[in-house]
Amino acid sequence: MIKVLKPGLATSVQDLGREGYYHLGIPPSGALVQYALSAANHLVGNPVGAAGLECTLIGPELQFQQDALVALSGALMSPRLDGEVVHQDTAFQVRAGQVLRFEFPKAGARTYLAVAGGIDVPLVLGSRSTYTLGALGGFQGRRLQEGDELPIGEASGTGRPGNSLPMALRRSVGGDITLRVVPGLYYERLTDAAKSSFFAEPWTVGSEADRIGYRFKGGSALSFQPREQPFGAGSDPSNIVDSCYPIGSIQVPAGLEPIVLHRDAVSGGGYAMIGTVISADLDLIGQMQPNQRAGFVAVTLEQALEARRIYKKRLKIMSGLFAG
Amino acid sequence: MAETSPIRYSFGGDEHLFAEVSDSMSLEAFFKGMAVTRAVERLALEGVLDVCLANASFQIRFDPDRIAPHVLLDAVQTAEAQAVAERTLHTRIIEIPVLYNDPWTHETLMRFRDRHQDPSGTDLEYAARINGLADVDAFIAAHSGAPWFVSMVGFVAGLPFMFQMVERERQLQVPKYLRPRTDTPKLTLGHGGCFGCIYSVRGAGGYQMFGVTPAPIYDPAQQLAYLKEHMVFFRPGDIVQFKPMDRDAYDRAVAEVDAGRFALRIRPVEFSLDAFLADPIGYPKTLQEALA
Repeated sequence: MIKVLKPGLATSVQDLGREGYYHLGIPPSGALVQYALSAANHLVGNPVGAAGLECTLIGPELQFQQDALVALSGALMSPRLDGEVVHQDTAFQVRAGQVLRFEFPKAGARTYLAVAGGIDVPLVLGSRSTYTLGALGGFQGRRLQEGDELPIGEASGTGRPGNSLPMALRRSVGGDITLRVVPGLYYERLTDAAKSSFFAEPWTVGSEADRIGYRFKGGSALSFQPREQPFGAGSDPSNIVDSCYPIGSIQVPAGLEPIVLHRDAVSGGGYAMIGTVISADLDLIGQMQPNQRAGFVAVTLEQALEARRIYKKRLKIMSGLFAG
Repeated sequence: MAETSPIRYSFGGDEHLFAEVSDSMSLEAFFKGMAVTRAVERLALEGVLDVCLANASFQIRFDPDRIAPHVLLDAVQTAEAQAVAERTLHTRIIEIPVLYNDPWTHETLMRFRDRHQDPSGTDLEYAARINGLADVDAFIAAHSGAPWFVSMVGFVAGLPFMFQMVERERQLQVPKYLRPRTDTPKLTLGHGGCFGCIYSVRGAGGYQMFGVTPAPIYDPAQQLAYLKEHMVFFRPGDIVQFKPMDRDAYDRAVAEVDAGRFALRIRPVEFSLDAFLADPIGYPKTLQEALA
């Protein structure tokens, strides 16, 4: 068991997510930074899809009730075990009774904790991930609270303290971020001026930035071409007849502040989407803090697929390293 | 009348194929989207993760490591060319009891009055007035007078979007709140644009609020008999008939829900699009008779 002494801001159980229920309004969920959870799992000898903890901005305070092998990957949150510094991206042994604490991230927004054996909550619709809006999965369908006791599964025994991720496979977090976007969906509804200002101007992450979506501010308002609104679409030019929203899609309600949906997305609605952040860059969003600067750059579908190949290749090298 | 223009396709990044059947809402567009998505589901394509039907559009979520985007697009366009839009539908009609003008949505709408178009009234009074109906009772009579089609499930888990089976001139239309609320009671009947909905869970929302139903429609614990098969009750193509209830009946129903005994009236029915289009006033009455 892991006992939650303090829950932190928004700590939840996540694995790599559940597919196949988005058509019922149930989004994939799962770690926003899939690479970091995968790395932490490899370091402790878990299958890549084992459930860990996603710790956001203000991390939890956790007391281990049993010996455990643990690894952390992602945002730099100055983890300390009974006051002793522990290192990111390196597995370490925890003794029963020891307490793990974090500080506000120096860089990034989310760090992932993997424990050998995984967090052993029940599978719901094929995943242990928490979907908070639907009170589904994870630990009782919600973020962690003080006093929760998290069960740990049976360890594979292949993880070793000191297992460390090679520098070449570590991903830096923080700094200015450029998100690659495939324009499309209702992009052609934007005026030419809005099309160019969206990509040319700098944006910053707003305070409404969570697992559902990230809101951006600071750029010019985006105007849509005037039209007689189709029946059922609603009166604002940014409205459409309610449709499905891709994960990573960018909507701009009333043309004001772009919102990029993430893995706990609302599955559909009535705001025109102007493009989609490519799958290889979704991890970058998960590491963004409020007020961090960001820009958007247009890429083709072919470029998106090439970026995905590079991302997947790193994951494959990582799993090859820890296999057997 | 027929939707003859081809579907507009656009990739949503490298993991989604988005398809707009029509930019305006109609039952024709919904039926065409349903026919194509069913044809795509029958193909059981490797790498297709989810086929999501919406009101007048659909989306396919896929894994591009397992199916190349353009291979998927070709397959879907072939399915589109071959799919004959189904004009009849074997489905079910479900009676949903509603306490209109209830105290919980009333408390909520008063709390968020500064975000509403008409801060001096209620959502029902506003909706009645802008739809040219005499009063709230007339609005409730129109809302519960004809059945509704579930044309999409989503936004949040298990939330049905519904489109009423009346001619376009009689369709109830209301704008969303000027600014979305941060709270909506669970199982609120909402309405935005031409769509009705039932909020499956408590949370944010922008639709006007008219009442509440005691009937759970989403429950991960699957307590009630009609939720045993799946935690999400509604599917696109379901037909819903609202039935006004009073406070006593509502309280009794809630007690039955709490005791795990609550049941919904559900009957099989066959819907014919052509029969509806030929007689939009008379035909829905024949569907309602299935509930009698």
